[in-house]
Order: sequence, then structure tokens, then C-alpha cells
Amino acid sequence: MVSAMEIYMLLPKTNCKKCGLPTCMAFAVGLLGREKKIEECTPLIEEKKYEAKLNKLREVMAPLESASETGLIIHPEKCFGCGNCVVACPVNVAADPTHCGVGLGPQSDKVILKVEDGVVVANNLEECKRFGPGRVLCNACTATCPSKAIEFV
Amino acid sequence: MAICTGCSLLCQDIEASVSEGKLTKAKNLCRKGHGHFQASFSERTSPMIGRKQVDLNQAIARAAEILRSAKSPLLFGWSNSTLEAQRVGISLAEKLGATIDDTSSFCQGSLMESILSGRLPSCTLDDVRNYADTSIFWGADPSNSHPRHLSRFSYYPRGEKRQKSYEEERTCLVVDVRMSATAALCKENLFRVSPGGDAEFIEAILSVLAGKIPRVGDKKKMIELGTMLKKTEWGAIFPGPGLVYSLQGNMEILEKLLARLNEITVFKVVPMVGHFNMRGFNELLREKTGHINRVSFKGGEIVHGPEQSVMTAAKSCDAALIVGYDPLSSLPFATAQALARLPLIAIDPHRSLTTDAAEVVIPAAISGLEAGGTAVRTDGVKIEFEPIIEPGLPADEQILKRIMEAI
Ligand code: SF4
Ligand code: SF4
Ligand code: SF4
Ligand code: SF4
Repeated sequence: MVSAMEIYMLLPKTNCKKCGLPTCMAFAVGLLGREKKIEECTPLIEEKKYEAKLNKLREVMAPLESASETGLIIHPEKCFGCGNCVVACPVNVAADPTHCGVGLGPQSDKVILKVEDGVVVANNLEECKRFGPGRVLCNACTATCPSKAIEFV
Repeated sequence: MAICTGCSLLCQDIEASVSEGKLTKAKNLCRKGHGHFQASFSERTSPMIGRKQVDLNQAIARAAEILRSAKSPLLFGWSNSTLEAQRVGISLAEKLGATIDDTSSFCQGSLMESILSGRLPSCTLDDVRNYADTSIFWGADPSNSHPRHLSRFSYYPRGEKRQKSYEEERTCLVVDVRMSATAALCKENLFRVSPGGDAEFIEAILSVLAGKIPRVGDKKKMIELGTMLKKTEWGAIFPGPGLVYSLQGNMEILEKLLARLNEITVFKVVPMVGHFNMRGFNELLREKTGHINRVSFKGGEIVHGPEQSVMTAAKSCDAALIVGYDPLSSLPFATAQALARLPLIAIDPHRSLTTDAAEVVIPAAISGLEAGGTAVRTDGVKIEFEPIIEPGLPADEQILKRIMEAI
């Protein structure tokens, strides 16, 4: 996954504050956290000399665009369908303790992660512990995945 | 709910819908199981004699004829068949005075023998889920071979005595020659062995447990391992093919380790069988003959030994019946070559090198998908299942019964 430093290197690095932030570095962090959009750095968009940088930035940011609101990205091509994340996710376990809790496939519609057609799929992401005001940095699903098929940005 | 016959975990919580010869929706099947179900629909066999299409009755009659006239037939395969089919297969071997062997003969046989004879203490995977606080994968990579092993039983689920599970109450260890997908989940507990070095590694553990300095391995890490083993309340070891091959039949050393560990705490061994019902065959044959594989019934006598293994018997027999397996592409070249020169009868749902070379091909229904029955999970639990669809093809069991009647 791209880092704030890599993003920073693709910005104008003038600290002109037009984006509403004091420094380009702060803007890079904002982009990574998806609180800011590339378009808010107007010099980068408008000035021709930054064109190459802009194109590169759009390229490295593309995977982040596909992330859900919690920042969860699934790479189905890497997934083994092992169900580790399904059984480890605290929201899944709370929603379906008699199945997910004991290692079985979920029977409840309230779970976030389940395995379908051999790979993991995510629903109800608004329930994810990383979402909303009281969010915590849960990583049960990524930490239990043997194939790096789930990540957070 | 259906079961999956993709590996010996026989997962029972599968929801699968099939329409027009395709798997349209599947829930809870892992990728391996999904591939297994999907492949079910392609490359199907049809009844053949001498590579010419015939009807099923003709193929069965010809198979019976070949077996009846053979002096020392070999019946091989079995680990992908139901208990019901295996039972008929063993009776057929008895009736013919044939040699019978299964795939355990060249993989997990020595381990299975130790477990079924009680020389290694064992338990069910449900016990592992309920009680185990230490799981050791040794020469095994379940994330690839038995993908739902960790989530259903050995690491992540909550159990009766393990409500806090992997977060606080379970530790997972891997002993392997490499960083496998499973080892990546517990990197700090990966203990590397050199290829073929497992017996030495066991000796080193025994030294540490005896309070001595181990001769091999990173001494500090070995002492850490010793402490982890001693602190275990209820442990389970899952030996995979890596350990079994490396020990080359020297199960005594593993038995010695388990005996020692059980003086300190509780430790069990649960095998990691590949094919979905290998254990079933081993149990049935053992009940009948006292041996798990490699048995000859020639002249009404039960003889067991390396001479009766598929590797040797392939060279001395004069016809072979192969059920649900593809020895021509899976076995060592010399064995495959010896089999290929024989009149072969293949009972198989799928086309393979073996069915292509066979004198008689008999198509069968796929267990789990198209045929019901019973199978024995890798830990010895019997699982009964119903088919998901009705294909109108006979199961192995019916085919074998008909061959038997015709003889
Ligand atoms: S608008 Fe662009 S150049 Fe100006 S501070 Fe923000 S990121 Fe830097
Ligand atoms: S971050 Fe936590 S709550 Fe969110 S999906 Fe992953 S395991 Fe579940
Ligand atoms: S995302 Fe990872 S942990 Fe979840 S099912 Fe796929 S491989 Fe297993
Ligand atoms: S773990 Fe084995 S039995 Fe379970 S779904 Fe996967 S392949 Fe099928």
C-alpha cells in the first residue's frame, strides 16, 4: 500500500495552503486517510508543469478509491476461503455466536464477513469496528488471514 | 446443507445450489472445496471397453470377466469412496483372493497405523476446539491442504473451555522446513527444521524436556519451545506429510515424544489425511484383517507386508481394479508403468490418465455431490451425507456389488 511519504513526493511541495491545510505533508496524510480529494490541491490540477506528478498520483491512489468507507479492501484472487477472518471478526461472532463463534459458516444476515463461491465477501460494513465515531483499530480479519487477501488503507 | 468431499474435514455446513450442470451458488465452501465441486461437472467418463463406448451393463460384465480370470488381481484406490463402497471392495478382494491396498500405503500409512493401534494418543477435532490451548502443525500447511482447519477447529473458534480462543487462550506453533502460509499466521512460533531433520528435532525436544542442552537447533529457541510445551494444558499435534515422509516409518520416535509429553501434561495427535475417506478404508480393513492397508487374501489367507503394497503388487499382479484414483499420474514412474501394462478396470467419475489407459471404464456418481453414504473424517468421526443432486449414475457401491454378483 502507498505511504504518506510517497504521496507527498508527488505533490507540489510548496506549502501554499490552497488546499486548506498548512503543509503539503498534511495534505498527503489527508489523502491517505481519504479526508481530502486530489482535486483540492488546485495548483497540482491547474499548473501544466505538475501534469506528470498528477497522473502518477492518480495511479497510486486508484486502489484506495476502491476501498470501502472503512478502508477495507478485499483481493478475492488471493483469498483461500479459509474462513479465519469470518470466525475471528468480533462483529461476526456477536451477530452469530452459535455459528461464527464456533467455527461454522454464518447463518445470520448481520455478519460482515462470509465466504461465498470460495472467497470472502463483505457486507454491513457500517457495523465494522473501524467505522463511525467510536471507531477502534480492529485488525482481527487482517491478522488472521494467511494470504493477505484483506487489507486496510 | 451439504457436505464437502474436497478434503478430509468433510465440512457439513455447505449450502450449494446446482442448476443445469453448474454450481450456481455456494456458501461456506473454501476455495479448494469450491474448485472440487466445480471440477465435478467437467471431464466426465462414460462406459468403455477397449476405448470404445459401450453400455454400463457390458462394461460391468467385462470387468467381472477380467477379475474372474485373473490369478492375482490387485484392487487399489479406495480413499475417495464411501465406507459402504469400501466394505464391498474388501469383500470383493476376499472373494477373489486378491491383494487390496489404498493410498495410505505411500503417504500417511505409518502414522495412521500408530493412531489406530493406540500407540499414539488421539482425539477428535471437536475436542481440539473445546479444550486445546496449543496447536502444533508439523510438516503440515493446513491453510492450503485443509483450508478450514484453523477456523473450524485448531486456532480461531471459541470452544467450551476456550471462550477467549486465539486472542488469549490458544497458541499456534508451526514446525516446518519453510515459511508456509500457515506459518505466516504465527511467525514468532515457527520452528524451522532442515529437510529430513525431524527425528533429530524430536531428540532435541526430548533433551530440553529432560533439562539438558539440545544438540541441534537454535538453543534459545529450543528452550523456549520446551517451556511452551511444559506450560501447555491441553495440546494437539497435527503431523502432515512433511513429518511423516521425513520420519521414514520411524514412528517410535514420535511415540516416544508423545509418551514423554503426556507425563507432563495432555498431548494428542490428530492426523491430516488428504483424501476424504482414507481413514475410513484403514479402519474397515483393520477391523477385518488387523492391518490398515497392504493385504492379500490369496488362497483364503490374510497376508500383510511390503510385498502387498501397490508399489510391489503392481509388478506381480495380472489385472487391477482402480477405484476413484489416478495412479498413472500420481504414483512413481515404475509403479505407473507396471500398472499400465495390465488389463485395468477403472471406476471413476472423471477422466484421467488411468481411465484413458484402462481396458474397462465404469463411470460413477460423485460422492457428496451425486451419491450419499458415510465417510470417516480425518479425526475418526463418522459423517453421513445425502447427495445434492440425483445424476442417475450408480455409486461405487452399486457398481462393485454388481461386479461381485457377476463373478
Ligand atoms: S494546495 Fe497543494 S501545493 Fe498547496 S499546500 Fe496543499 S498540497 Fe501543497
Ligand atoms: S476490522 Fe474488525 S470489525 Fe471490521 S471487518 Fe475486520 S474484524 Fe470485523
Ligand atoms: S480473506 Fe483471508 S482469512 Fe478471510 S477467508 Fe480469505 S484467505 Fe481466509
Ligand atoms: S476445508 Fe476441506 S471439506 Fe471443508 S470446504 Fe474446504 S475442501 Fe471442503
